[in-house]
Amino acid sequence: MLNEKLSLQDIILTLQQYWAKQGANLMQAYDNEVGAGTQSPYTFLRANGPEPWNAAYVQPSRRPADGRYGDNPNRLFQHHQFQVVMKPSPDNIQELYLGSLEALGIKLLEHDIRFVEDNWENPSMGAAGIGWEVWLDGMEVTQFTYFQQVGGIEVDSVTAEVTYGLERLASYIQDVPTVYDLEWGNGVLYGDIFKEPEYEHSKYAFEDSDQSMLLRHFDEFESEATRLLDLGLVHPAYDYILKSSHVFNLLDASGSVSVTERAGFLHRIRTMARRVSKVFIEERAKLKFPLLKDATLREKYIGKNGKYASKEDK
Amino acid sequence: MSTFLLEIGLEEIPAHLVTSAESQLVELTQHFLNDHRLEVESVKPYSTPRRLAVQLIGVADSSKSLSEEKRGPSIERAKDANGEWSKAAQGFARGQQADTSDFEERDGYVWLTKRTPGVDANIILEKIGEEVIKKMKFTTYMKWANHSFLYVRPIRWIVALLDSKIIEFNILDVSSGRITRGHRFLSTDHIEIENADEYQTTLSNAYVIADALERKEKIVSQLKNIALDNDWVLTLDNQPAQELLEEVNNIVEWPTAFAGDFDEKYLEIPDEVLITSMREHQRFFFVTNQSGELLPHFLSVRNGDENNITNVVAGNEKVLVARLEDAEFFYREDQQKSIEDYMTKIKSLIFHEKIGTVEEHMLRVGHLSNNIAKTLKFSSVAQENLQRASEIYKFDLMTGMVGEFDELQGIMGEHYAQKFGENQQVALAIKEHYMPKSAISETATSDIGAVLAIADKIDTIVTFFSAGLIPSGSNDPYGLRRAATGVVRTIKAKGWNLDLKPLISQFIEQSGKVANEANVSDILTFILDRVRKLAVDAGMRQDIIAAGSANAGKVNILHIFDRIATLSEHQNDKDFRSIIESLTRVARLAKKEPVTQSINPDLFENASESKLYKAVETLEDSMAISEGTDVLYESLATLQDPITEYFDTTMVNDENVDVRLNRYAQLNQINNLIEQLGDLELIVIK
Repeated sequence: MLNEKLSLQDIILTLQQYWAKQGANLMQAYDNEVGAGTQSPYTFLRANGPEPWNAAYVQPSRRPADGRYGDNPNRLFQHHQFQVVMKPSPDNIQELYLGSLEALGIKLLEHDIRFVEDNWENPSMGAAGIGWEVWLDGMEVTQFTYFQQVGGIEVDSVTAEVTYGLERLASYIQDVPTVYDLEWGNGVLYGDIFKEPEYEHSKYAFEDSDQSMLLRHFDEFESEATRLLDLGLVHPAYDYILKSSHVFNLLDASGSVSVTERAGFLHRIRTMARRVSKVFIEERAKLKFPLLKDATLREKYIGKNGKYASKEDK
Repeated sequence: MSTFLLEIGLEEIPAHLVTSAESQLVELTQHFLNDHRLEVESVKPYSTPRRLAVQLIGVADSSKSLSEEKRGPSIERAKDANGEWSKAAQGFARGQQADTSDFEERDGYVWLTKRTPGVDANIILEKIGEEVIKKMKFTTYMKWANHSFLYVRPIRWIVALLDSKIIEFNILDVSSGRITRGHRFLSTDHIEIENADEYQTTLSNAYVIADALERKEKIVSQLKNIALDNDWVLTLDNQPAQELLEEVNNIVEWPTAFAGDFDEKYLEIPDEVLITSMREHQRFFFVTNQSGELLPHFLSVRNGDENNITNVVAGNEKVLVARLEDAEFFYREDQQKSIEDYMTKIKSLIFHEKIGTVEEHMLRVGHLSNNIAKTLKFSSVAQENLQRASEIYKFDLMTGMVGEFDELQGIMGEHYAQKFGENQQVALAIKEHYMPKSAISETATSDIGAVLAIADKIDTIVTFFSAGLIPSGSNDPYGLRRAATGVVRTIKAKGWNLDLKPLISQFIEQSGKVANEANVSDILTFILDRVRKLAVDAGMRQDIIAAGSANAGKVNILHIFDRIATLSEHQNDKDFRSIIESLTRVARLAKKEPVTQSINPDLFENASESKLYKAVETLEDSMAISEGTDVLYESLATLQDPITEYFDTTMVNDENVDVRLNRYAQLNQINNLIEQLGDLELIVIK
């Protein structure tokens, strides 16, 4: 379909270079199990509060229930997202995105590209946004979202989030029948690297996970997160929230969570997510929002009558 | 006379909101013009995914001036003893921002003529940003960047031109101008519009068909041509196809239709799955052969031109195949299991947290269905089929296919049930228990399906009411109103004589804890509200509906609709008023003394009493009243003269207790018949 078939790592390198040029800081994948790039603190936490933030990173994302033992051509226990966040959302964010497709060698005139309404919501993280999925010749390759609410709090400054499904995008670019046939780089195939872990993780999640261990961990992680939130230790607390979320996903995949219990778990995660967003903003406010440089906005948020003015400032 | 153009440039608007936003823009513009008394010859709307626009043709140079006469105080009060203007007169002048020298004296009063001069069109149009653009209402809103302003999608540009002159205003940081954007890929984002009347041609040169109707016609003709060339049948004259067409029209600015294929082997997958994959997931149109069989091809529309369309076809085919591959996988896997396997899995499925499991819900629905079937005197075969259907009718919720395509619940149930050897009736009932799916869609056709549909919905309403999950205002998250409408419409379509009051009372008694807190009369009121709503929608008079649905007794839906229909049929009769008046006179008095004793003709004191008595006796003897409300109404109508005569000659409140009670007994006997028509006192007699 395209003259030059980029390997998966070429795609990552190209996107990194492109977005770095647009002012995004290249972060590294977060070292904690997450279900999506949105859960990385580089998106979830930074989307809160008034500070600007531009970042791009690859995030391996685990979704235990989507595991298919390496048998399904598209579904994976763990896939890779290329995540871009720009806050406040630039006026030309759609054009910047389309530029990234061109950088990947996708000539816009030779394809059909559409922005199809798709509003994103992650109730367990109290997050919701408005946006589209981007269709490339009928295939959904990107999720495009303007965050409106994060951790149950209406955002001060809107983050534009662009999430590329790397496997999908690469499948399109390389035109291969299954993800396992994708070239990761240097002639090594995706299947060579991920087929075995896909099988093992699926088998683990669906058949061999230790339920009582997971249940115990959920409780422990939750109480640790709660304790840390009380101490204002936002980042360690958030790590434990991510851990409990992942443990819940494992429990859910094993089919041992009834619908009622499911609602209960989600409620517990949501409660923590709401709190961490609030505490994150409080802690950043104590530091006087160092990334916020615009004088008018500083006045608006931490000036005398600012939304986050401390007692001493007042 | 000039032409004015307003274009709001947006990031892609959700397809389902484009058309309504276009009409809203026209409406708000017309209000705006009226408010400012600015005349135009016509308003032409445009819309695409990225723009909403109106072109005002024949705009007057300025608004019409206004001349209003204001009456002041009487001349007596307006002048003091010296003939000077009084305080009152001066106050009036000040209030109207005029001078006493402007006064005219006429008809004993002082008058001021207030003239508001016309305002130039360009001055008025500067306000269109504030008074039209910002006033648009949407069902979804968002904010962007650091703004707190909410709109359907970010506003990226605004064009406001009066002929060739820019009308200047700002919305947030966007200033109006003459620069629009062409097609995202075929054109550029810097297209200058010279003159407001060149909008359509300028955009068309930039690969944008701004007129939504023109664009839709183009899509239809392109699709039809491809179908015709290939001898495929494309059906567009049905609701889902029209909805798809509407959506497709609102995600493209420059449409080019194309066809794609998929392997014939996928035709083994049930049609509904194929159609859902194509229509719902990919926005494709499916095609059939002349005998209506699905063909392994599809039609779609690209937002672009013919160039390199083979890429687009190949990409779309690949995506569809991936979906069909998934569907085929589920279809195969699902059939490896049995209904019993799925029924075992369903045990953990929750109906609602506060109510219980789906399995318990099914068990209750089974009992209720049984009761209904007995009341309706179903054959024993039908009762057996119903029993079986009620035991398994939710099994497909646990299949992979419904897990993936939840809109296929019921449809896959029917399909798999047949594959698993269930009989046709049972399979069909599984599909039909979800019907009607919306306020206007079809109700269940089979008897078993209809009973299951009614029972499933009644159980839902009762248990949700009992759990305190009662709809309020416009808030009905569990669709209980829709369920109640479904019950009413199904019973009506089936023409079933079903008394809901005893049925639901018994159901509540038998269902134990889960229905404990449900109040029968609340539920019946809730259902009767739906009856009334349906009658209102059918254009019946409110008072007639209220009358016909009152005194609902055992709540036989069919009977209530009959009453409303009968009263509606007669509402314009010449004698309607007098008949209702004489019958309500009886009803009012009867209600004062609700005597149930039998009538003793020996106690009659005048001829009118016996005459009325005989007339009623004849009615009852003829059994005419059991032949439906129409006959009942006409029979009661014949009592009009005897009733009038009766009241002319009879004092009901006789001093003699026996005589008096006997008279009330007679009135109550008649009222028992009248109440079978509802509560006629609620009819508004004009």
